[in-house]
Amino acid sequence: MKHVKTINVGTLKASLAKPGCKECANSCQSACKTSATVANLPCEHN
Amino acid sequence: MKIHKYRIFDKNIVIDVNSGAIHVVDDVVYDCLDYYETKSKKEIVELLSDKHSRESILEALEEIEYLVKENMLFTEDFYKEIVLNDKSPSYIKAMCLNVAHDCNLKCKYCFASEGSYEGKRSLMSAEVGKKAIDFVIKNSGYRHNIEIDLFGGEPLMNFDAVKEIIEYAKEQEKIHNKNIRFTITTNATLLNDEIMDYIDKNMGNVILSIDGRREVNDNIRVRYDGSGTFDAILPKIKKMVEKRDKNKQYYVRGTFTHENIDFYNDVVFLLDQGFNEISIEPVVLEDENPLAIKKEDLPVIFEQYEKIAKELIERKKEGKGFKFYHFNIDINGGPCVYKRVSGCGAGYEYVAVTPEGDIYPCHQFVGKEQFKLGNVFDGRIDEKLSKEFKDAHIYNKPKCMNCWARFYCSGGCQANNYSFNGDIHEPYDLACEMMKKRIECAIAVKVFEEEN
Ligand code: SF4
Ligand code: SF4
Repeated sequence: MKHVKTINVGTLKASLAKPGCKECANSCQSACKTSATVANLPCEHN
Repeated sequence: MKIHKYRIFDKNIVIDVNSGAIHVVDDVVYDCLDYYETKSKKEIVELLSDKHSRESILEALEEIEYLVKENMLFTEDFYKEIVLNDKSPSYIKAMCLNVAHDCNLKCKYCFASEGSYEGKRSLMSAEVGKKAIDFVIKNSGYRHNIEIDLFGGEPLMNFDAVKEIIEYAKEQEKIHNKNIRFTITTNATLLNDEIMDYIDKNMGNVILSIDGRREVNDNIRVRYDGSGTFDAILPKIKKMVEKRDKNKQYYVRGTFTHENIDFYNDVVFLLDQGFNEISIEPVVLEDENPLAIKKEDLPVIFEQYEKIAKELIERKKEGKGFKFYHFNIDINGGPCVYKRVSGCGAGYEYVAVTPEGDIYPCHQFVGKEQFKLGNVFDGRIDEKLSKEFKDAHIYNKPKCMNCWARFYCSGGCQANNYSFNGDIHEPYDLACEMMKKRIECAIAVKVFEEEN
């Protein structure tokens, strides 16, 4: 493509196939704790 | 909103909200995207004819069309039904143990009122701590990983109990086949060699609080006599970080307030001290407080985030990268969509426990009676209240439903929403604005990384 460079194709839809096991870390996003934006979390399903 | 586009560092970045795809586009595509869904080809050519040639516009539209077909642009949100119909049970697998409702400092922005949470000062007994461990294990269902955050007040004011609780947790995790990860958040004043070694060995993460430059830190992080803590804590934090097993995590974290909205300088200061896992976060205080972030501060704050992103890109190029907590987005992976829509988990996957054993949806709800979920001694929680929290996901938050950042943010902080708007479903505007800016910057950093 001449006008677009795709950096990544997106994984959200594919992730529907995962079990949603919630083994990943909790993601408090307030300032009072070192809070993770949810998108930081590594997936722990393997 | 199906796409979000923005310009940063001379690049046009486009995020396809519902697929998570990210593109860098030229000006023609960038402009065409404004009209793609609402105008015909012919109209778009006319509308943009003074800026771009007919030929390039048609080419751009073709590329857009291709990406739409491939589910990488203007993708629909196909998760809503799945989330709304999700009847699966939830399990508590993260807990904030408020081991000390007491603190040896009097930081001016503390939401916990010098650690007391507006109640009486108290320390958690090992007995309550053990009950809390039993409670979380019992309620964790088939979840293997459990997180426990030792929090306060200042948790090291109750170090003996901390040790006893952890010993107990280690026995119990074996018996019940769980993996319990501990994190401790400390103001660093009480660190000594023994405690540092203990922390390094037993904690999956250690959060060390310092706000940055001396004058910034000592303006806020003070003792009861008003004296600043900078000179006492910086050497201890350095030592802790030096001791820290290089395969384990730590974070040096600070809070910025209205009085240091130039916090880029605090990040650089901390980097120059040799720290490379840094988090600097906005204070959250009621509007009347002089330290509270104000709407007028936003342009300067946005500029700081951009400068931090630039710094990160530059240092990475030189092989001296660092972690700025809020920019750690994983664009190629990250958690699944179930996690992304469900928010922080407060009240149904995550709870806080007070020294008395009372259970609240999270540390920020502690002391708000109407939010008390139960007590570790009777081991039950208020299912109705818990469900209210579970249902407070992005699809029940009208503002989030139309927000491009929803799969990165997952709906903001319920506690802030409640304090500012009296409703956990109503996001707190200032936090949203900052969150969106951080995500834009984080993605820009990733784009630079992927391109180089
Ligand atoms: S409600 Fe706010 S403070 Fe509480 S866990 Fe969620 S994000 Fe964190
Ligand atoms: S809390 Fe704010 S930034 Fe987050 S998804 Fe909702 S509206 Fe967007």
